[in-house]
Amino acid sequence: MRGWMGKFRSLLLFGALTLILTGCGIENVSALKPKGYGSELLFDLMMISIAIMIFVFVIVMAIYAFVLFRFREKKGQEDVIPKQTEGNKALEVIWTVIPIILLLVLAIPTVQATFDLADQSSQDDEGTLTIDVTGNQYWWQFTYADQEISTSQELYIPTNERVYLNMKSSDVIHSFWVPAISGKMDTNPGENTNTMYLEAYEEGVYEGFCAELCGPSHSLMYFKVIAVSPDQYDQWVEDMKNVDPEAEPETASAQEGQELFNNNCMSCHAIGGGSAGVGPNLANFGNRSKIAGILEPTKENLKDWIVHPDEIKPGNQMPAELVTEEEADKIADYLLELQHSDVGQDVPVIEASE
Amino acid sequence: MSTATAQKRGLGAAIWDYLTTVDHKKIAHLYLVAGGLFFLIGGLEAMLIRIQLMKPDNNFISAGLYNEMITMHGTTMIFLAAMPLIFALMNAVVPLQIGARDVAFPFLNSLGFWLFLFGGLMLNVSWFTGGAPDAGWTNYAPLSTSSPGHGVDYYVMGLQISGAGTLIGGINFLVTIVNMRAPGMTYMRMPLFTWSTFVTSTLILFAFPALTVGLFLMMFDRMFGSAFFDVGLGGNVIIWEHLFWIFGHPEVYILILPLFGAFSDIFSNFSKKRLFGYSAMVFATVLIGFLGFMVWAHHMFTVGMGPIANSIFAVATMAIAVPTGIKIFNWLFTMWGGQIKMTAAMLWSIAFIPSFTIGGMTGVMLAAAAADYQYHDTYFVVGHFHYVIVGGVVFGLFAALHYWWPKMFGKVLNEKLGKLAFWPFFIGFHLTFFIQHFLGLMGMPRRYWVFLEGQGLDAGNLISTIGAFLMAIGTVIFLINVVYTSVKEKKVSGDPWNGRTLEWSIPSPPPHYNFVQTPLVRGLDPLWVEKMDGKEGMTPAEPLGDIHMPNASILPFTISLGLFIAGFGFIYQVDDTVWLIAVFAGMGITLGSMLIRSLKDDLGHHIHKEELEEDIKKGVGR
Repeated sequence: MRGWMGKFRSLLLFGALTLILTGCGIENVSALKPKGYGSELLFDLMMISIAIMIFVFVIVMAIYAFVLFRFREKKGQEDVIPKQTEGNKALEVIWTVIPIILLLVLAIPTVQATFDLADQSSQDDEGTLTIDVTGNQYWWQFTYADQEISTSQELYIPTNERVYLNMKSSDVIHSFWVPAISGKMDTNPGENTNTMYLEAYEEGVYEGFCAELCGPSHSLMYFKVIAVSPDQYDQWVEDMKNVDPEAEPETASAQEGQELFNNNCMSCHAIGGGSAGVGPNLANFGNRSKIAGILEPTKENLKDWIVHPDEIKPGNQMPAELVTEEEADKIADYLLELQHSDVGQDVPVIEASE
Repeated sequence: MSTATAQKRGLGAAIWDYLTTVDHKKIAHLYLVAGGLFFLIGGLEAMLIRIQLMKPDNNFISAGLYNEMITMHGTTMIFLAAMPLIFALMNAVVPLQIGARDVAFPFLNSLGFWLFLFGGLMLNVSWFTGGAPDAGWTNYAPLSTSSPGHGVDYYVMGLQISGAGTLIGGINFLVTIVNMRAPGMTYMRMPLFTWSTFVTSTLILFAFPALTVGLFLMMFDRMFGSAFFDVGLGGNVIIWEHLFWIFGHPEVYILILPLFGAFSDIFSNFSKKRLFGYSAMVFATVLIGFLGFMVWAHHMFTVGMGPIANSIFAVATMAIAVPTGIKIFNWLFTMWGGQIKMTAAMLWSIAFIPSFTIGGMTGVMLAAAAADYQYHDTYFVVGHFHYVIVGGVVFGLFAALHYWWPKMFGKVLNEKLGKLAFWPFFIGFHLTFFIQHFLGLMGMPRRYWVFLEGQGLDAGNLISTIGAFLMAIGTVIFLINVVYTSVKEKKVSGDPWNGRTLEWSIPSPPPHYNFVQTPLVRGLDPLWVEKMDGKEGMTPAEPLGDIHMPNASILPFTISLGLFIAGFGFIYQVDDTVWLIAVFAGMGITLGSMLIRSLKDDLGHHIHKEELEEDIKKGVGR
C-alpha cells in the first residue's frame, strides 16, 4: 500500500498541485503539512482524489467553454431552429463507464486506507502504549493507565511509535483532531468507545482541536500533542510518576497558594497520580504552553482564569469567583511552579506567521 | 374567487382569499413569500456569522449567541427557505406541466403550507422567548438533550409541525403526478421538472418519517422524561445521528433534484433544443433518488462505525457521482448545437454547471472515508455543501424564478437588473466558499465561534466575509428587481420564452381553472410539437364543458393554528402544568377543525360552460 501510493506521491511531488497545496497553512497545524503516519496516508489519498477530480473538471470545462463560445445565438438567427437531437447511446455509455473506472481507481486506495487506519493488530503487543482520551466540556484528559499518570490538555507521545488512543467522552460528543499527525475521531459518551492510533514522525508540538460542536466554548477546546524522542518520553513518564502533590513550594506566596488550592480546588482538580477528577489534573501545569488551552501562560492571565473562567470559556464547569483576586494571585504562584518535567520544553514550537 | 374580484373587495378580502385558498397557484405565492422571507432571515444570520469571523478573536457576538446563529441559519435555510421555495415552484408549475386543473388534494395542499408556516414561525419565536436552539442544525444528542432553556424544544416542535406539512405536500404531488396527467402525457413525456418533483416527492415520503421519529424521541426525552438518548440510563446518542441522517441525506437530494429538473427545462428552452438523452436523464434522476437513501452514514465516518461500514458507505457514496455526471454531460450536450440565448435564467443555469461540478467533486473527495477523517466537521465540509446548496439549489431557485416568474405573475423580471444581481452574487459566492476548502484543511473546524490569531486563517476568513457581502448585494438587487418589475414592467403574453412545455400554452398568470379544455399531449415538449406542426396552441382532449373546482376553506389554517398553540403548551408544560391548558386548547382547535372537515360535505363548485365562453371572448381561454 505505502509502496505504490508512495510512488504515486513522488510522481506528483514535483507537480504544481502538491506544491501549491503544501504551501497552505502553518507547520504542525495544517493537514496539508503531514508529519505523521495517518496524516501522510490521508494526504496521499487526498492528492489522488484531487488529481482525478481536476482531470474530470478540465474535461467538463473544456466542453462547457466550447459550447458557450460556439453555440450562442447570434443576431439574425432568432428564427433558426436547431436540429432536435434525441441523444446518443455511445456518448451515454462513455460518460457512464469512464467515471465508474475513475471512481474505482479512487475506491481501492480509499478502502485500503480506511482499513489501514482502523488496524489495531499491534495494540496488545508488549510495550505498546495505550492512552485513554476523555473529552470534557471543554478540556481533554489523557490517562496513561499502565503508567498511572493522568494529564490534561497536553498529550505526550514518543515519536515513530504507534500509540493507541481509547476514546470516550464524559458529557457530550467531542471529536479529537490533530491534523498534522492524523485524522479525527469522535469521543462518544456511554458505551461507544473508539480506538485510533497516532504515529508522529518528528518531534514537535502539534495543535489539536475539538471538531464536534460541544457547546459555547467548542471553539476554545484546543489541546497540544507533544511528540518527543522515546528516551525523552521515558524520562517524562519517570518525572510524572514522581510528582509529589504534597511537595512544599519554594516561595512563601506559593506555599500559601498551595494551602488555598488544597482547600478550594482539590474537590475537582488533582495534582499527580493516575486519577481522573471532575476537572483537569494539574500535575505539570507550570510546563504547559497555554492556560486553559488558549491563553498565554502569564500570571495575569492565570489570575483572570481562576477568578473568571466563565468569561474566558463561556459555559465551562469551573465556578466563577470561588476565590478572591488576592487568593488567586497566590494560587497562580503555586500553579506556575508546578514544573515537574523539562521534557518537551525544548521541542521546537513553530512560530506562527501568515 | 379570482384575484380580480378579490381586489375589488379590498385588502381584507384579499387576505381572506389567501388564508382560505386551495388554488395551487395562490399557494405557490404563499410559499414564495414565506420562503423568501425566511431566506432573508437566514441570510441575515449568515451575515452575522461572517462578521463574527471577519477577524481573529473577534467579539462581535457572544459564544452562546453564535451557536444559536449557526443553528438557526442552517435550520432556517434548509427547512424554511429552500424547501418552501421549491414547493412554491412545484405548486406554480407542476399542475400546469401535466395539464391538470389543480393538485390531487387541494385542501391538503393548503394544509401543508399552513403547517410549514406555523412550524417556521414557532421556530423563530424562540429568538424572543429566551434563546434559539443552539445545538447545530443537526441537533446531535446529548448536546441537544442537555441544552439549557427551551431553544431545542422550539426546534423539536417547530420542525415536527413544519415537517408534517412537508410530508403532506410530498404525498400530494406524488398522487397529483400519478393521477392527474392530461391524456397523452405518459410518464416518458413528462418534463424533467415534473419528473424530478415526482422523485423528490417519493424521497419526502420515505425520508421525513425518519425525522419525525427522531423528533418524537427527542421530544419525549426533553419534555416527558424518557431516556432514548441518555447514556446514564442506558440510552444511546448514536441513534439520533442515524435517524437524523437517514432523513438528512435524502433531504439533500430533495433539495437539489427539483432544481436539476428546472435546469433541464431551462437549458432545453434557451438552447431551442429538446433535452439531450431524455431517458438517461430520467434514469439518472431516479437512480440518484434511490442511491440517496443508501449513503446516510457518510456523514458519520468519524463516529466509529468501523472500517467495514465506512468502506461500504464510501463506495456507495462515490456511486452517486455517476448519475450526477450523466446529468452534467447531458446538459452540456443539450446546449451543444443549440441556439443559446443568454437570458438571466440561462445565466444562473450556466453558472450552476461549474459551481455544482466543484461541489460534486469535493463530494467525491469527502466520500473517500479515510480522507474524510481530515475533512470531517471542518470548513472543507462547509465549503462543499455550500457549493452544492448555493451553487445548485440557490442558483437553481434564481434561475427557475426568472424562468417561471412570467407564468406566476404575468411579467418578465427585468433582464438587466436580473443580470446585475447575478454578478455580485456569483463572484461573492466563489469568494466566500472556495477559500473555505483550504481553511478547513489548514485546521479550521466548522462551527468555531472564534479562530485564534497566528494560525494562518486570517486572510482566508476575511476574503470569505467580503464574498458574503457581495452575495448580500446580489440578493438586494434581486429584491429591487422584484419591486421594479411589479411596478414598471408591462404584462406579457402566455409564452414569453418561446416555450416547449404545457405551462406556456395558457395565459400568464393562468385562469384559476388553468385549462379551459384539457389539452391532448402528442409527444415530449408538447407545445413545441404543436408549434412545429404549425398549430397555434394545444389540441383539446375534451369538449368545452363545466369544470369542477374545489371550494376554499379556512380549516387548513385553523388546524395548523391549533398545533401552533399546542406546541407552546408542550414546550412550557415542563415548567408549569398550567400550560397544559394550551395543549388541550390547541389540540381542541385542531381536532375540532378536522371533525368539521370530516362531517361537513364539501362537494366543490362548478364553473359553467357559459362563464368559460365569456372568458374565451375576453381572451383568457386560449
